[in-house]
Amino acid sequence: MEKATTPQALLQIIEKHEKARDPNAVRISVCGGTGCKASGAGPLIEAFRKEIADRKLDVEVISTGCHGFCERGPLVVLHPSGVFYQKVKIKDIPEILDKTLAKGELIARLQYRDENRTVYVKEKEVPFYKDQERIVFAMNGHIDPTRLDHYLSMQGYRALATVLGKHQPGEIVEMVIKSGLRGRGGGGFPTGLKWKFTREAEGDKKYLICNADEGDPGAFMDRSVLEGNPHLVLEGMIIGAFAVGASEGYVYVRNEYPMAIEHLQLAITQARELGVLGQNILGTGFSFDVKINRGGGAFVCGEETALIASIEGRRGMPRTRPPFPAKKGLWGKPTDINNVETWANVPYIINRGVDWFTSIGTGDVSKSPFGGSKGTKIFSLVGKVNNTGLVEVPMGIPLRKIVFDIGGGIKNSKKGRTFKAVQTGGPSGGCIPDAYLDHPVDFDELSKLGSMMGSGGMIVMDDHTCMVEVARYFVDFLKEESCGKCTPCREGLRRMSEILNRMVRGQGKTEDLAVLEDLGAVMKDASLCQLGSTAANPVLSTLKYFRSEYEHHIATGLCDGRQCIDLIRYHITDACTGCTICAKKCPTQAITGENKQLHKLEQSKCVRCGVCYDACNFNAISILSGTEIREKLGE
Amino acid sequence: MVDLTAVDKIIEGYHGDKTAILAILQDIQAVYNYLPREAMMRVVEKLQVSTTQVSSLATFFHAFSLKPRGKNIVTVCMGTACHVRGAPRVLDEIERQMGVKNQETTPDGLFTVETVNCVGACALGPLVMVNGNYHGNIATSEVTEVLDQYRKPAGQA
Repeated sequence: MEKATTPQALLQIIEKHEKARDPNAVRISVCGGTGCKASGAGPLIEAFRKEIADRKLDVEVISTGCHGFCERGPLVVLHPSGVFYQKVKIKDIPEILDKTLAKGELIARLQYRDENRTVYVKEKEVPFYKDQERIVFAMNGHIDPTRLDHYLSMQGYRALATVLGKHQPGEIVEMVIKSGLRGRGGGGFPTGLKWKFTREAEGDKKYLICNADEGDPGAFMDRSVLEGNPHLVLEGMIIGAFAVGASEGYVYVRNEYPMAIEHLQLAITQARELGVLGQNILGTGFSFDVKINRGGGAFVCGEETALIASIEGRRGMPRTRPPFPAKKGLWGKPTDINNVETWANVPYIINRGVDWFTSIGTGDVSKSPFGGSKGTKIFSLVGKVNNTGLVEVPMGIPLRKIVFDIGGGIKNSKKGRTFKAVQTGGPSGGCIPDAYLDHPVDFDELSKLGSMMGSGGMIVMDDHTCMVEVARYFVDFLKEESCGKCTPCREGLRRMSEILNRMVRGQGKTEDLAVLEDLGAVMKDASLCQLGSTAANPVLSTLKYFRSEYEHHIATGLCDGRQCIDLIRYHITDACTGCTICAKKCPTQAITGENKQLHKLEQSKCVRCGVCYDACNFNAISILSGTEIREKLGE
Repeated sequence: MVDLTAVDKIIEGYHGDKTAILAILQDIQAVYNYLPREAMMRVVEKLQVSTTQVSSLATFFHAFSLKPRGKNIVTVCMGTACHVRGAPRVLDEIERQMGVKNQETTPDGLFTVETVNCVGACALGPLVMVNGNYHGNIATSEVTEVLDQYRKPAGQA
């Protein structure tokens, strides 16, 4: 790659690559994201390349970043036609080349069909993609993240060339404030204001950090952005560094994300070669360089002061704020910290302008960036929903549209499963019941419901999910992750965990509910950092919306979700056809019965693993709980 | 006695940077599969830092193990998405088949069972990772099949 020495020269390089990109060229995009790789995309890409080379075809095979629809992987999209194939295997390759590529014939078994068996030909027609608005993810699926020329051919580094060629740092800060961009990592604090504070803070040296310590279980958008388009994040950071006056940057990324680290490292090297990173960037006298720090797997390190401590080589424990990092951050110097997705929005705001960005989303940010939620947000839609994966939607979209249109509704709804709740905001978020499904999704509206945006995890739960167990899960998670520095968080979570673990075993007491609420209130008021002050949310929100489930656990030992193993019994009903499949699969030989005879389950041997329930094709296994156990089994 | 040549090489790669202890420990664990006491003491000695500082990091972060681990690391993802899709049952089944609990190693040293908060492959839950290979959408009844791939056939010790 030739080195650009002025912003003008960079623009010329970009234009050269933009022109070289032929939109009508025949390309095969294979998703090389972590999800698809787990389903075998790596060998598939190799096999595609080999087959194309053997046949001497003029077709480019691109290993792209995550397309989002991970559940259907490996995903293949043929360009320029846009034909979309899912769950593609190596043995399908010759047929794809012979039929679809050569003659335009479609292969039915590889096409996506929804629950009603409607077939969709093109990627953009698939309901999962149709209602999305892909901005941050726009290039994922089109470019190879290891190729700088691909990024340049799609306007890559154009925003940086504009900023360094035409603007003063203060103008960029103003622009980001006016855009209403708010932190995508969870807090929702206006990005432009953070930049302003860091810029105005006094210090001989300033730092910039990209928070890629995506600790929320159930969220993986930052991973996919970094893996699929690392230059976009870097470009955002370089623009940010210019705006706040930072000379050194860090990306603090989870060690569990090896591909993200690899792609980012490569992108940093390429950016230095291009002359957009390092000393005297584009000959403007502005210098900035980036280092990667690997996290050690501590959830609390997503908190900015804990993250800074970890970069400094100490235990990742938070400290009281103020002073905020913008004044006193890394090594005591002014430091700006933003999340991966936030950085990735910056180049688009510069390229397309503030008016375009504010046209998407809710509220009015013309007077204050707190006035609304602008732009898009990526959610990781997972759990008991048909279409799972990453979805990028405009702020303000109703929850129902995400879960039922994009997500395709509840999994196994034909077997009777129904929607119960959607959990947003990570472990410290809350569970939202169906009564609020038409509520718009943005920073402020989710808070009003007792949940939060968080980093964008959206976990759908069906009627077979026990809300007491969900609360126990999150409390136990946070108990392990609490750093132990402040008492309300450390001790509050322990007491909550004791109560909830008792409750899921059927040993709850009536007075427990008041104690939980009491503990929650103290933790909210008195904890040192965000982890502690929001840790009670899963308990408080489930107590608010699903109180009856708690009461049932206490009063009759009824687990509404039929999940708490001490409170349930599997039972074979008269619908049993005697097919023997459950008896064969039972790991403890608790099920006996002759072929075509009603089977019997011996409770003393049953470990309640649920294998029989999953295996039964005749709906002949019921899960009893509460008084049903005595009525049906006489226990 | 643990061979510490690899440790020395790792430390040299960071040019004596005292703030890089976390990265150094991560690299050491990647080589030895755990943090041997001797290796940590070497870090203390070479970087001229206190024993407390190294051990405080080694005990704070989940990624580190202070005990030797098995040949194959079976990591069950306990993230929320995996949890609601049955990860606890998968973990139960793995523990039952192995005869060990979470964070323990089988007596033959072949497997260590661990859990992780989330590996970020949430759409594929429940998910089990063995030596970094992903096994997604795993049903309790498929556990044996997956683990067998990593068991050497009898006689090939």
